[in-house]
Amino acid sequence: MAQHQNHGGHHSHGSMKEYVIGFILSIVLTIIPLVLVMNSILSKTATMITILVMAVLQFVVQLVFFMHIREGEKPRYNVQTLILGLVIVFTIVAGSLWIMLFNKY
Amino acid sequence: MAQHHDHGHGHDHDHHEEHEQLKVLGFWIFVVTDCVLFGTLFATYAVMMNSFAGGPTGQELFQLPGVIASTFILLTSSFTSGLAVLAMNKGNVKQLIAWLAVTGLLGLSFVVLEVTEFMHLISEGATMGTSGYWSAFYTLVGTHGLHVTLGLFWMTALIFQLKRRGITAVTRRKITNLSLYWHFLDVVWIFLFTVVYLMGVM
Repeated sequence: MAQHQNHGGHHSHGSMKEYVIGFILSIVLTIIPLVLVMNSILSKTATMITILVMAVLQFVVQLVFFMHIREGEKPRYNVQTLILGLVIVFTIVAGSLWIMLFNKY
Repeated sequence: MAQHHDHGHGHDHDHHEEHEQLKVLGFWIFVVTDCVLFGTLFATYAVMMNSFAGGPTGQELFQLPGVIASTFILLTSSFTSGLAVLAMNKGNVKQLIAWLAVTGLLGLSFVVLEVTEFMHLISEGATMGTSGYWSAFYTLVGTHGLHVTLGLFWMTALIFQLKRRGITAVTRRKITNLSLYWHFLDVVWIFLFTVVYLMGVM
């Protein structure tokens, strides 16, 4: 069974250390926005921007530490696919908001 | 059965391995299409954010303690599904099944909390037909909940398969894909938590 790890070391899929760091980071990135919102420390706009940035960082943490986006075959088709998906998502969300902003009732 | 894969050296083996790798890429493509699905639902939600039609608002009805509990439960389950993959890499079937079971139980408590929350919201008069806001809310949050529920069925089926066949090239790929799916659902939830609940109560 142990042979499994040996073929092509490029897809080792993480170590305990990597998972623990990822877990701690994801908890910290959840607590910060919670504290900000529950105590209303910043102004409304500043809070919104900060918690959105935290969510994006959380996404990056999951991608890097848990989903191992940096590993895998050399032409990283998974990264390219993801970028395409994010471009589509951004277009849909930003486009909808932009259009509806000028289309009130 | 489990031994079969280990003895197949040379070309045949590489070919098989390559094929399984390709299936993981295929699963990445599925995850990205799911990303687009949730993006669309988020866009709908963002557009409907203030369309309460005189009904109750999210700010009045959301109960953060339950939502915070579900968030930490899902974060932990993302971590334990990672531990399952580590156990798999070590070739330890028992540990792998145990971590999958823990992940499944955490996922189940997440779903139970969500159903409880929906029942509370409905009892307060916020149903799908109440307003554009609640319609978008149930579609977005409910689609995520449905994904988690489907993941639970998948996980259970995989536990049975692992018991029968052990860790093979095929079950390895399936576990890899399942953990990918689970981490992705965690990401979607983080955005739900931020956009729907945190911004909702601000």
